[in-house]
Amino acid sequence: MKTFVVQDPSKGQIVYQDRKRYLWLASLFYPMAAFSGIALYLTFGSEAWLVTPLVMTYGGASFFDWWFGEDKHNPPEEIVPALEDDTYYRWLPLLTVPMHIVVLLVMAAFVGTHDLSIPALAIVALSAGLVSGLGINTAHELGHKKTKFERWMARIVLAVPAYGHFCVEHNRGHHRHVATPNDPASSRLGENIYRFAMREIPGCFKRGWAVEAERLQRLGKSAWHYENEVLQSYALTAVFQIALIVAFGWIMLPFLAIHNFFAWWQLTSANYIEHYGLLRKQNANGSFEHCQPWHSWNADYFASNMLLYQLERHSDHHAHPTRRYQSLRSFPNLPTLPNGYFGMYLVALIPPLWYFVMDKRLLALPHINGDLSLVNIDPARRTEMLERYGSSAPLQAA
Amino acid sequence: MATYLCPDCGYRYDEAKGDAHEGYPPATKFADLPEDFVCPDCSVRAKVDFIDESDSESK
Repeated sequence: MKTFVVQDPSKGQIVYQDRKRYLWLASLFYPMAAFSGIALYLTFGSEAWLVTPLVMTYGGASFFDWWFGEDKHNPPEEIVPALEDDTYYRWLPLLTVPMHIVVLLVMAAFVGTHDLSIPALAIVALSAGLVSGLGINTAHELGHKKTKFERWMARIVLAVPAYGHFCVEHNRGHHRHVATPNDPASSRLGENIYRFAMREIPGCFKRGWAVEAERLQRLGKSAWHYENEVLQSYALTAVFQIALIVAFGWIMLPFLAIHNFFAWWQLTSANYIEHYGLLRKQNANGSFEHCQPWHSWNADYFASNMLLYQLERHSDHHAHPTRRYQSLRSFPNLPTLPNGYFGMYLVALIPPLWYFVMDKRLLALPHINGDLSLVNIDPARRTEMLERYGSSAPLQAA
Repeated sequence: MATYLCPDCGYRYDEAKGDAHEGYPPATKFADLPEDFVCPDCSVRAKVDFIDESDSESK
């Protein structure tokens, strides 16, 4: 394993080995989990096996997050520049881009060449969508980086789930406005995931388009110019998905519709759980305080972080968005999700369970301590939330 | 022509070069950037947060 050695003026020689170095290969190869259901179906003949990738991801990752628990290890800060410059780590998300294209192609080919029942078709499409949702995560890691090549690769992988506006919207919209009432990608106390999706999906599309149109306007170009980075990605989507329809027939229409929607749903789920109820304070001039680590729900769970390029260390990510996955840090006393992302995605599907699990955690955070004026509340349910939680005395930390 | 540094991610706005991707031609003064300018790389620091490097060099 590679050993990093740095001479530090005050601390002397620092020697470090990253024990997760080769474990990050899990994020590169996990998309192939989509094949597991097909392999079992072809071996044993029952369509029921096709559900394997969904069970393995939602159930398996949640179980292993509970089983292995949290990993709070941080690389020494003095090593981080060398860790970030190491090309090995850079190659992994880049190689995940063709992986997502190949996985969608194989899943589509399977659907196009096998006579499946309608539920089986839906399950294969959901499995493919789940994995292409991970493609949005790959785009997320690449799209935050400063090199043109990495940003282009982000646009290419976004073409797989047909979500070309994501990087522009996420970097220039969501990061700027996160944990404020104006952000369609930050969920509010009392808002369930279904209502959130109705606000988030169109809201982010509009904002992504507006941000890119504004940039092109400064360049004196039309919003429909070929340099529009949103359109570039959507053009690739059109090429990919029309090619699949030509190759495998009209069965691709329902397959791709379910696939695309479920990939978007992965992002919606992540956005829903990442900032629920958290609110940045407003300054006297109307601007908001800088995003701090306590403005994101963090999750240090080992298993699912290894599948998501450590996306769940979300607090450090939002405070310092250009930091690479291998150097994201855990901090003490952060807002912490009680399970990894996939487990929390399941909880979010059942709104009363979500409120039961999360509302008390939110209100007990040290920086909120029961003060609802410090919480991002759904305006449609403000009175109800104030009645339910407003009369309680400041809560003790859980 | 001065340079201005993003205190979070290290993006440097060089007035002499501008920023072609963002639509700011060479010789665009930092002061002339829109008031809602945010760091093009990290988006989490605004115009008011940027550090005027000519200031820090002269101090």
